[in-house]
Amino acid sequence: MSADLAPGFERFLVVLGVTLLGAIALGFVGALARPAIARRARAANRYILLCVLALVVLFPIYITVVNSLLPADKIAARPPTLFPTQLLWSAYSQAWTQGHVGSYLFNSLVVTFLIVTGQVVTATFAGYAFAFLDFPFKRTIFVLFLSTMMVPFEVVFFTNLQTVVTLGHVPVVGQFIGLDTYGALAIPFLATGFGAFLMRQAFMSLPRDLRDAAELDGYGHFRFMWRVAVPLARPTVAALTLFAFFDAWNQYLWPLVASDHYRTVQVGLRQLSRVSLDQINVTFAGTVLAAVPLLILLLIFQKQLVRGLTAGAVKG
Amino acid sequence: MTAVVTAAPEPEAPAPGPQPVRRRRRLRRRTRDMLLGYALVLPSLVVFGTFVFYPFVKNFWLGLYSTPPFPGLPRRWVGLSQYRDVLTSHLFTNSFKVTIEFVLLTVPLGIALGLGLAVLAHQRLRGIGIFRTIFSSTVITSVAVASLISLTLLNPQIGLLNYWLGRTGSLSPLDDPKWALVAVAGVTIWQNLGLSFIIMSAGLQGVPDELFEAARVDGAGSWSRFRNVTLPLLSPTLFFATVVGSILAFHSFGQIDLLTEGGPQEHTNVLVYAIYRTVFKENNDGKAAVLAIALFAITLVLTLVQLRILERRVSYER
Repeated sequence: MSADLAPGFERFLVVLGVTLLGAIALGFVGALARPAIARRARAANRYILLCVLALVVLFPIYITVVNSLLPADKIAARPPTLFPTQLLWSAYSQAWTQGHVGSYLFNSLVVTFLIVTGQVVTATFAGYAFAFLDFPFKRTIFVLFLSTMMVPFEVVFFTNLQTVVTLGHVPVVGQFIGLDTYGALAIPFLATGFGAFLMRQAFMSLPRDLRDAAELDGYGHFRFMWRVAVPLARPTVAALTLFAFFDAWNQYLWPLVASDHYRTVQVGLRQLSRVSLDQINVTFAGTVLAAVPLLILLLIFQKQLVRGLTAGAVKG
Repeated sequence: MTAVVTAAPEPEAPAPGPQPVRRRRRLRRRTRDMLLGYALVLPSLVVFGTFVFYPFVKNFWLGLYSTPPFPGLPRRWVGLSQYRDVLTSHLFTNSFKVTIEFVLLTVPLGIALGLGLAVLAHQRLRGIGIFRTIFSSTVITSVAVASLISLTLLNPQIGLLNYWLGRTGSLSPLDDPKWALVAVAGVTIWQNLGLSFIIMSAGLQGVPDELFEAARVDGAGSWSRFRNVTLPLLSPTLFFATVVGSILAFHSFGQIDLLTEGGPQEHTNVLVYAIYRTVFKENNDGKAAVLAIALFAITLVLTLVQLRILERRVSYER
């Protein structure tokens, strides 16, 4: 068995074994020693465990970043370089221009912007109507909204493709939403049942008297929505925006089939995955670039993002 | 309510005019609100109608006709026989089996790992924020990013995992019929680990600390506290994660397309990928429609069954 293993891996196993033995020893100290020392030992043990797990989770990301900064022949060299001494940034410029990652990112930004804007606007409108207005068949229409969540996009994507092709033949409009346009990439996702539901809940949690008071001040529905309801529902709007952004940015199936001309970055990566091994550092650089926008969002909006991703999870 | 229902310019003192005038005003206002309500839901309804309901119904219709071998020829009515043929075909039974296996490989382990990390990170330690950020970090990886990372890690020539396992130059696990699905599942679990961690952490934050303290005072060990306090109180979150996770896993496509293209020997040909291939390689949308309806039905049944089973065991007491 050990004869098959690479020397690097053996060393890794030794380090892992020593760490585990240390952890077990600390565990015994924690169980047997005086309370003051025991507490220290237990804390140290937790840190060791956390560090090991953090390493395992982060390793694939780390090695991708490292490899994007190495020349291609060094990536294939054995033993592998885990801690580069010289950083080579040229793979990034190559990925940006020759790999077209720059234009892929631009396309992704345009499509994501369209989808997020559309979703937030339609969800706010519909949520407002469900929360503050009375009209016949309101409950039926609301159930219709919710039922869209039962039809996964994977079930209808190829039929939608035919629809988009047909829409492309419509004069004028076809130029914007026909096959191979930004519009085609965005239009099926401009409204979601989930978004409308989320906004409805947020609006319904506002005090009822608010609308009455605003009406006494002569506020019409639109002014009330824009000046009062939406600002008060800002946490939900933020969560919905971030959720929609992540969802739109990560889409794969629809951009793959609906546009060959405007490739989003996810589909562009598919192209990059087919380069030869002597350019593999460009693939790594492209992969890193594709993840950067979401990384920035995660670092800035961690709280709102968590709220968006867990909407409904905690309240069940 | 009725006292306010006037659109008079001086609302503080509603004009005590004759009844019919007020009635008419109220009626006009009602009509206006009604029209505004419809106008506000209309944009969403247009999108849903065009891209959810219409294609959904059209799929049933497509399934009744056999697709001509060459585009341009008329479709031939075959009725329900196409449903029978497709649902008994090897393509469907194999894809169904593979998809179920994939769900069973990814969902329970993914949730367990997310829960484990969340429990570990749910304690007052200095610097725990850094670990929380690290554990949630894989949410920034899309399917494509995660697939490309693992594609290179598993590459037979340059893949580090292959190298460390002493398999350099030999078959990549992605090309090995025995391991391909497991490898794809592993990538998926890693990619979704951040999301799983975030959801479980949010659930844990909803559990009041006093309960842990009370259990500790009562002499419960850490395992007993996990088993008797954490798990029951977390059951709504676990329930949510199971339902959403299974549905997501059932609809996986990107990682299959990037890592294995359904191979080797159909061992990773999940349902969505089978649909994709039927449409784009075989140009047979009639057959694809039947597969899509099956996918829809499975998702629906799965959701209902999960709701039924889990509802009984889930504690909603807060």
